[in-house]
Amino acid sequence: MDQIDIEHTQSVDMMLNMGPQHPSTHGVFRMLLRIDGEVVVDAEPHVGYLHRGSEKLCEGEQYHQVVTLFDRLDYISNFNNEWVFCRAVEKLMGVEVPQRAEYIRVILAELNRIASHLLFLGTFGLDAGAMTPVMFAFRARERIQGFFEAVSGARMMHNYFHIGGVKEDVPDNFNDLLSSLLVDLQKDVEECDRLLSFNEVFVARTKGVGEIDLETALDYGWTGPSLRACGLKYDVRKAEPYSIYDLFEFEVPVARDGDCWDRYYVRVLEMYESLSIIEQAFSGIPDGPVMALGRRLIRPPKGDVYVRAENPRGEIGVYLVSDGTDKPYRVKVRPPSFCSLSALRHLVRDTYVADAVVILGSLDIVLGEVDR
Amino acid sequence: MSLSAILMMAMWLLSLFTILSIVVLSLIWIERKFLGRLQRRLGPTRTGPFGLLQPVADAVKLVLKEDLLPSWSDKAIFWVAPLLVLVPSFMIWVTIPATENLVVQNLEMGLFVIVALLILSILGILLAGWGSANKYGALGGLRAAAQLVSYEVPLVMVVISIAILVQSMDLRIIVASQIPLETAQSILGEANQSNAVFNHIGVPLVLIFPLGLVLFLIAGLAEVGRIPFDIYFAESEIVGGPFVEYSGAHWAVFFLAEYINTFVVAALVALLFLAGWHGPLLPPLAWFLIKTYSVIMVIYWIRGTFPRLRIDQLMAFGWKAMIPLSFVGVVITSLYRFYDWPDWSLSLMSLITLAVVGYWLYLKFTRPVIKLARSYGREPRRIRSAR
Repeated sequence: MDQIDIEHTQSVDMMLNMGPQHPSTHGVFRMLLRIDGEVVVDAEPHVGYLHRGSEKLCEGEQYHQVVTLFDRLDYISNFNNEWVFCRAVEKLMGVEVPQRAEYIRVILAELNRIASHLLFLGTFGLDAGAMTPVMFAFRARERIQGFFEAVSGARMMHNYFHIGGVKEDVPDNFNDLLSSLLVDLQKDVEECDRLLSFNEVFVARTKGVGEIDLETALDYGWTGPSLRACGLKYDVRKAEPYSIYDLFEFEVPVARDGDCWDRYYVRVLEMYESLSIIEQAFSGIPDGPVMALGRRLIRPPKGDVYVRAENPRGEIGVYLVSDGTDKPYRVKVRPPSFCSLSALRHLVRDTYVADAVVILGSLDIVLGEVDR
Repeated sequence: MSLSAILMMAMWLLSLFTILSIVVLSLIWIERKFLGRLQRRLGPTRTGPFGLLQPVADAVKLVLKEDLLPSWSDKAIFWVAPLLVLVPSFMIWVTIPATENLVVQNLEMGLFVIVALLILSILGILLAGWGSANKYGALGGLRAAAQLVSYEVPLVMVVISIAILVQSMDLRIIVASQIPLETAQSILGEANQSNAVFNHIGVPLVLIFPLGLVLFLIAGLAEVGRIPFDIYFAESEIVGGPFVEYSGAHWAVFFLAEYINTFVVAALVALLFLAGWHGPLLPPLAWFLIKTYSVIMVIYWIRGTFPRLRIDQLMAFGWKAMIPLSFVGVVITSLYRFYDWPDWSLSLMSLITLAVVGYWLYLKFTRPVIKLARSYGREPRRIRSAR
């Protein structure tokens, strides 16, 4: 064999295809990593594996049917998605939603926020290599899903929020179910928090990893917990209170450094705040009707409307154009996960392969919403 | 060697293999059940009483599964790699004594052979990663090489410390040195016959050399790739690393080797530090199994608690903490032997070292975490809401 010519030997970066079948890409996301040994030189995200054309599908459905499509956007927080579309149509039609329905909506949406954050907590632990938190988190989430089933009849894809209120009043044992659920949840959330948040290895893996400063985060259009982790106290529920959120007292948790641990911990703190909101709403829930609109077919007047809401993943916006018929003319969704994901390339550069997984996990994306 | 001796040896090996298989099945069951309880699950319940047949069902499923061979793989290497991992870990058991006489072939250099064979399995893992022609496999193989080679050093150094302490590498003699003289008579008699000298200590080595136990357990965890050191097959990063392309029976062979290795590390901890099969009332074999399985439960417990380290943190921990410490271990045991200091002096030196390192780790890892928690108004270990 000839002697190896060292001078003309080049080390070539390796292209590593991560996804769409990779277990840590949280769905069918694919990123093409250019790695030099263990260091990620560059990353190219590929989205679209879950593209179902949701926005276009909306144009072919009647308004009350579109709610089911919104269920399937961010399928981890269905109620929050249903709610934002219902609010868009209600705003366009000028419908006043009954107080009882608003309270039910707030309770369910905040529970859904906790469920979503619990799922994040568990899977983020898995991304970092801890296998116990996911079991604890899913046990707690299972309680919430069971409660949702009792209220709406489905564990996911509830189709329970209707335009003008909610589908039907809550079941008779709603109060008992919710009060026992709240007691359990408080314990469960504390347990998960205690288990993972201040574990030395976990902090070593996530603190200081994937840092982003506030300006860059804003440039990428970040919202929600990920943005609050950078230190900006911005929450749509406070900045532009919708529904009855101005009636409740709650804090908007913020962190400082904008790294993976901060993004994680802001979500943990949010769960406590959500619990407090639910308790306030539960104690003040009035009697009365739960539906404002009697007729089945909905024909909003001609015009367009933009509403936004605080989803577990950030600010979701819906732009709705109506041409006066029973089907929307155009629906455009501003997805929070997609904006978070767009910063991925910026974040994973010059980190380790193991960090890339943790960073992706900390963004808490749901591909149903990214791809639509 | 006569024919009967060869037959005898073959029978020993066959029964060893059978016993090890049963041990592995029990380990899998215990792991699933114990981990389940840690995670507030039941673990397997459907197959047999208490899910006892679950590992058997898993094994049957694995063997019946189609054994895939990626078309672009290096066939010879791909098929040989599992054997290169299994055979050394199986061979280690030839020289591990479960009790005084329950050993296939006791060797005077037993510890040396065990360490040598432990290193061999790295080759198999590296080849598996390379031969499967998969980038995750290659990454995992290289990670394995880096990790296992670095953690082999502290392991060997602890073994050397033990050898200095006991003045022998014969595992039976190492255990005999830890138990009271009258119960070790038969081993001592044999040792006297072969003019072997050794230092009789009379108490389990963990009491006089706790530093060694800590180092050995951590390095052992890294050797068998258990959380928090499961970096070379990290499921959530490189999806199984070297084993990513393996399926069916070949994957089962890796699995078997991994569990046998776990058992080796636990058994070595029991033999080297916990006085092996010695204990009151129960028969020696029972004591050996109790001690070994307890160590294994500790390993599972750690697995249920910790996240995974990152490769650079792992290497830094290995080279900056483990290796210097293991050298300190060698130095203090040598001092103790050379000047014939009393036993408690070694315990003291060992404990002081551990305390210093523990404090350093506290400063480096725990204190920042406590600070972090306090900055959010929380106590890390006692998160309770005001309500």
